[in-house]
Amino acid sequence: MLKMRVIPCLDVHAGRVVKGVRFVDLKDAGDPVEQATLYDAQGADELCFLDITASHEARDILYDVVSRTAEACFMPLTVGGGVRAIEDVRKLLLAGADKVSINTEAVKRPSFVQEAAEKFGSQCIVVAIDAKRVGARFEIFTHGGRNATGIDAIDWARRMVTAGAGELLVTSMDRDGTKAGYDIPLTRGIADAVTVPVIASGGVGTLNHMVEGIRDGHATAVLAASIFHFGTYSIQQAKQGMRHAGIPVR
Amino acid sequence: MTVAIIDYGSGNLRSAAKAFERAARESGSAEEIRVTSEASALKDASRIVLPGVGAFADCRAGLKHLPGMWEALDEAVTRQAKPFLGICVGMQLMARRGREHGVHEGFGWIDGEVIHLEPNDAQLKIPHMGWNDLAIAAPNHPVLKGIADGEHAYFVHSYYLAPSDSGAVLASVDYGGTIAAIVGRDNMVGTQFHPEKSQALGLRLIANFLAWRA
Repeated sequence: MLKMRVIPCLDVHAGRVVKGVRFVDLKDAGDPVEQATLYDAQGADELCFLDITASHEARDILYDVVSRTAEACFMPLTVGGGVRAIEDVRKLLLAGADKVSINTEAVKRPSFVQEAAEKFGSQCIVVAIDAKRVGARFEIFTHGGRNATGIDAIDWARRMVTAGAGELLVTSMDRDGTKAGYDIPLTRGIADAVTVPVIASGGVGTLNHMVEGIRDGHATAVLAASIFHFGTYSIQQAKQGMRHAGIPVR
Repeated sequence: MTVAIIDYGSGNLRSAAKAFERAARESGSAEEIRVTSEASALKDASRIVLPGVGAFADCRAGLKHLPGMWEALDEAVTRQAKPFLGICVGMQLMARRGREHGVHEGFGWIDGEVIHLEPNDAQLKIPHMGWNDLAIAAPNHPVLKGIADGEHAYFVHSYYLAPSDSGAVLASVDYGGTIAAIVGRDNMVGTQFHPEKSQALGLRLIANFLAWRA
């Protein structure tokens, strides 16, 4: 039986791990490779790096971090943040990423997702969807939640899967950093609308939130940053909590 | 003694090469790991690894695009009986044919076809992505040494190899039906999952492969 995945996410800025609360007030802590190795040893199912470096010059630092991580950890690694061109995807894959997550550029240029999926295969193309509740529906936002697009999140999810996304990383911008739990209607709305796996993201504060993401949100993976990074819970504790709730985990 | 990992433009071979290097180092294997796209390199190789991600037809076309590679592989694996490991689509190419975006011939080393996953549970997502537990059918196979029933491997695929002869299935997984996880016969094995992404289990399988038929 397929197990539900627990994915720790490291927000990386200029080669260092940070984690934002609602994307501001960044706290610096740790070397990403060391963190990744620790999560590997704890039994994380995959790893995710989100590069929040704004400048393109700092890109080489990221490739080095990815490459050193791939040499140390033999588990799936997704890298996102600032992926704007086929060349960015290629460089990340060559550095050792297994999947590349595309966000803002997908909105600016939806054909980019199709192009990337055709070139490298859907299995390595993750589309990150940042959504906020707007009235009765959810709309997608770009640039770390700052820019509204007016696009319906569920329509967008379907469209991205048609374009070739192999997986969707769904983040609630309302919940991110709040520790109030995933936005279940958002996660479920998207998960039920598409055939590909959905990763729930944004808002985890307790182990029960992870259970809800799978059981109620219909995601097949849960992503969290702060609760692991600041040692609130270990990966093992997260899995134990899920197991007790009857969710199949490794 | 070299292990040739064939680079035909299908995905990232860095992590595969690194996993083989680590497994060789940890198991005290003297094999040198070499990533190559030259058909002539197979002559000197003692073992061959064929990775592969993406679509069956694209991988087949990528291999065919390298001058003499398809024939050299067939020769090395079926005539010279060099130990062979196919990974993911590299494993699927061992089949007689693939039915992804049309019908395409594979190597035909394993009698069977590569077909779309049709889980009997509509809730199950495609691709089959994540960790799934192996049901070992051939516990005495040297490549499976030390790998127990119920251990997990990392999968990501939408098509699977359905062999005509169930004897070719060395291990399987359940995903709304029974799916071949490891196939093999004689000097060849293929894993639908990614050993290079399967942490300790993957490194053990790779180390076993490096010691197989030595």
